[in-house]
Amino acid sequence: MSEPQTSLFPQFNGYVTVSCESDMGMIIMRGSVTAKGLGAALGTSLPKERKIVEGKEMQIAWMSPDELMVLCRKEHVADLITEVEGSLSTQHALVADVSDARAIFKLKGANVREVVAKLAPVDMAPGQFGSGEMRRTRFGQIAGAFWMTGEDELNIVCFRSVAEYMYKQLCVSATQGSELDLWT
Amino acid sequence: MSTRLSRGGRLIDTSKPLTFTFNGKKLRGYKGDTLASALLANDQMLVGRSFKYHRPRGVVTSGAEEPNALVNLGKGGRFEPNQRATTTELFEGLESTSQNHWPSLEFDIGAINKKLSRFLPVGFYYKMFIHPRPLWKHLYEPLIRQSAGLGQAPTSKDTSTYEHFYAFYDVAIIGGGIAGLQAARVAGASGRRVIVMEQTAHWGGRARIDDEAVDGAAVESFLDNTLAELQDLPNVTLRTRMMGAGIYDHGYLLGYERLSDHAPETAGPRHRLWRIRAGHIITATGAIERPLPFAGNDKPGVVLASALRDYLIGYGVSLGDRTVVVTNNDDAYLTAIAVKNAGLEVPAIIDARQGGAGELGEKARALGIRVETGKGIAKVAGGKRVTGVQICAQAGEGVALEDIVCDCVAMSGGWSPVVNLWSHCGGKLFWDTESVIFRPDADKAPTGHDGSAFVSVVGAANGNLTQHAALKDATDQTAVVSGVANPPEAPSTVSREDAAIEAVWMMPEGAGIKLRSKAWLDFQNDVKVSDVQLAAQEGFESVEHAKRYTTLGMATDQGKLSNINGLATLAGALKVDIPAVGTTTFRPPYTPISMGAIAGHARDEVFQPIRQTPMHKWHVVNGAYMEPVGQWRRPYCYPRGEETHEQAVAREINQTRSSLGLLDASTLGKLLVKGPDAAKFLDMLYTNMMSTLKPGKCRYGLMCSENGFLIDDGVVARIDEDTFLCHTTSGGADHIHLHMEEWLQTEWWDWKVYVANLTEQFAQVGVVGPNARKTLEKLNGMDVSKEALGFLEWKDGTLAEFDARVYRISFSGELSYEIAVPATQGMAFWNALLEAGAEFGVMPYGTEALHVMRAEKGFIMIGDETDGTVIPQDLGLHWAISKKKGDFLGKRAQERTHMVDPERWRLVGLETADGSVLPDGAYAVGAGVNANGQKNTIGRVTSSYHSPTLNRGIAMGLVKNGPERMGEMINFSKIDGTHVTAKIVDPVFYDKAGEKQNV
Repeated sequence: MSEPQTSLFPQFNGYVTVSCESDMGMIIMRGSVTAKGLGAALGTSLPKERKIVEGKEMQIAWMSPDELMVLCRKEHVADLITEVEGSLSTQHALVADVSDARAIFKLKGANVREVVAKLAPVDMAPGQFGSGEMRRTRFGQIAGAFWMTGEDELNIVCFRSVAEYMYKQLCVSATQGSELDLWT
Repeated sequence: MSTRLSRGGRLIDTSKPLTFTFNGKKLRGYKGDTLASALLANDQMLVGRSFKYHRPRGVVTSGAEEPNALVNLGKGGRFEPNQRATTTELFEGLESTSQNHWPSLEFDIGAINKKLSRFLPVGFYYKMFIHPRPLWKHLYEPLIRQSAGLGQAPTSKDTSTYEHFYAFYDVAIIGGGIAGLQAARVAGASGRRVIVMEQTAHWGGRARIDDEAVDGAAVESFLDNTLAELQDLPNVTLRTRMMGAGIYDHGYLLGYERLSDHAPETAGPRHRLWRIRAGHIITATGAIERPLPFAGNDKPGVVLASALRDYLIGYGVSLGDRTVVVTNNDDAYLTAIAVKNAGLEVPAIIDARQGGAGELGEKARALGIRVETGKGIAKVAGGKRVTGVQICAQAGEGVALEDIVCDCVAMSGGWSPVVNLWSHCGGKLFWDTESVIFRPDADKAPTGHDGSAFVSVVGAANGNLTQHAALKDATDQTAVVSGVANPPEAPSTVSREDAAIEAVWMMPEGAGIKLRSKAWLDFQNDVKVSDVQLAAQEGFESVEHAKRYTTLGMATDQGKLSNINGLATLAGALKVDIPAVGTTTFRPPYTPISMGAIAGHARDEVFQPIRQTPMHKWHVVNGAYMEPVGQWRRPYCYPRGEETHEQAVAREINQTRSSLGLLDASTLGKLLVKGPDAAKFLDMLYTNMMSTLKPGKCRYGLMCSENGFLIDDGVVARIDEDTFLCHTTSGGADHIHLHMEEWLQTEWWDWKVYVANLTEQFAQVGVVGPNARKTLEKLNGMDVSKEALGFLEWKDGTLAEFDARVYRISFSGELSYEIAVPATQGMAFWNALLEAGAEFGVMPYGTEALHVMRAEKGFIMIGDETDGTVIPQDLGLHWAISKKKGDFLGKRAQERTHMVDPERWRLVGLETADGSVLPDGAYAVGAGVNANGQKNTIGRVTSSYHSPTLNRGIAMGLVKNGPERMGEMINFSKIDGTHVTAKIVDPVFYDKAGEKQNV
């Protein structure tokens, strides 16, 4: 395998920092989102609607009633797919590596909630959205999904082809002086 | 003259002087001033010219309803026209200029229209410029356009930034006056999430000016206490300089926040548009005072009585030494009393009511103010400034009783609740004859998904025009909508004994045409009482028609001052009651909001998303000329040096056909379709049979809509028994993905098929040309020989160190491989191919070379040969339409009579007699004319290029009976009226046998 292209964008230091994560592996799994189905294959409990849970060296996000996204280290992707496909055996499911199809951005800072609220029609007030939740939505004019990894930290995933647009709009929204300090 | 007083000014800070300019003149003001108050403090009463007659215009209000004081603000990248001086906060260095005059504000040549006013009646433009017709386009329209518009359009790019913000609240309160703040108190105490927005920089609204005691203390302390209380509540958000701009379905509310208009050097966005979802919206937007219609009411110096009070008390600005107050209600007496208390003269209060005022009347008389009841103003003397008024009997026709010298007239025709926001989403109004106002009808509120009201109006906006009533209303209604079980007591206030208002729609009542044609309703658009009456007389009975005919209320102030007076005038002219006339429709935004705020951050680099392949940057760096393909940008060609695009395309084609070319095909849609029913599913989606495809093989397929029309095409590769990878067109990937999901979710929900869009997981490169195989062999890896990987086969393996899936497919007619590698390896793979292909003179080629090469081969292109009305049979693609399958999407539609009509235009090749390139899209003309006298058409060009391979123009087109007319010559019309003759030929111009691609 060729040495993959690493981070596409430099870290941006606004009132929150924006950086591009490059070593995240992502697997799309469509199938029966039940304990007997993908749950057994992954050997862990599955997230409920609009949630994300920790599994063994992975995170599992609910994407739709018949779709999960598994996040793991990139080097584990191939093995994990083989393992899951093996244990699904005859079950109807679709499992595919989408690590390269997407870009992940990490936002850090006290006001990360605000940066999302400038771009996505989501109620970001504390108490309304928090760790453990996964939201598929739009950011500006593109599709995106995000989850919080702490009170001042969150991850956003979007399609690779629009990563530059996502990066730039996150930077614009995180520019010093544009903070509202509504929730801090 | 107007001037700053030595005392007063609750809203200004005299310790912080500021300088600003108006029409280049350097002037002084204070922090807290509006531009209007600062201009008035500098005796700049004349601020602009009206739209139609260019009449001199002065400040008439002190708020958002201002029709006259519109200025150009700033310069360069901060220039903005049509800004209301009354809502523009003063800052150091503010630059403003007046509008709609030439050559100067004081001397305006356009004012000649005023002299011609009797020849420019309402509807003049409609009547005059319609005949003769050609003159409209060539003479009238250009002239009118030149004189239209108030401010100038900016010439520089806006240097400010803007943004949106999504927010969610249980209760959103619009208006930070006493009613709004009291509502916030009640809602805030309930623990719900509350936002309160106030359009000005100050909380308290007019209460600070009129200062009626609350809970036995000055209103100021009530406001301070309330604000302190609200600031301590974590569930309450308070925002000033934020206007409730519009209310829409489902509790959607736009808040327009002006962050740095008052301090342009501040970092951060200038405006922020809050996109709010509110559980319930409370509008506490107050009321706007109405002007009185009397002759000369538009002259600079005639102002609203409340505005005069605002300037005097709020900003310490006197608008004149001698102020005549003219009114039909008690409220204006407050102005007279304030003026008198400031040590200035009130020669008279002219009260149209025979009975005069209540306790305020007594108070005024006690101060020694002369009160004339049952009187009106017949005329105002003065040009650019009021010099006096003629008073008359209100009941009469305007015979002068007395001339009173004055330099200011404060008028009040009563107050109109600001019901705009209530009405935005369908709230209805009722006419309250006693109070002479339209009030929100709580029984006909804007309703949400469950049929319950999601907007409430409280305070003066709800028609509760006294402080006492407003506070009680806000308390009671908010308690209900916030679910407060034990509603708090409203603060105690002293209620005043006022005499009733009396409607005055013309002053004096029996005014003749001369006076009526000088009595203004709409100051900005120059609509007078006589105009509305004329419209009614000419049959414009509907208020919406009369509005458009007269332009009443169609100016930038959206009729905030003119609306009710105009409706009443129309009702009078039609001899019906006001409610029978109804109101025009209030539409958002409440006052104009900036285009920047609407766009938000979407400008410059993030104006719109541009999809990029993994090799995008390489294309840009290497001089590619990019073209949009869907939301992608793809290289059209890679010009070198001085090359034209045509030369670059020819070079790329010649190189590819003779040796080796590379195409970035990453944009191609790649949909993974998997499941036990996948083969059955694809048999339904494609016109041809996919279930018979063997794993390891590829097949070109066509997709039609259920109406039979061709919507997409591409190569399907069978990965294993249950899995297919469907390639779609670049622009069609998302659409076809949705198409598949729709059928799977709504029709064939029990079929076991999953689809995933893997388009962006892979970088895909076309390696094309006679040396393609040699190049791949140089990379050392999988066997790509003809034996190991035949035409229309695919295989997984490695090439050099790359994980590759190699497809033997060709869209150019040459030996060709399309190779997919993971997207992160794409750039490195591209470089490896450039290196390996160097000895073959490798060149990347763009979409135009791709198009020409496929046209040379007679391959169709979705979007060129198809336009949504074309079926595969039109394109001679019968070979790709299965006759064995029981069904597929489009099958039934393609059997309809019109679809099997032999007269349908069908695909042929076209060769011009002279070798030239046919104009793309040109029509072939046949004999005779159609019912419209146009020449009959018998075909059209769908693709047309210069072929460097054949060194002549080649084209494809759809022609009536085309395939049966091989060798015939037909004529294609050109835009210049001439024709090009072309021969109908086979659409495959190059290597018909397909020998080159199959080696």
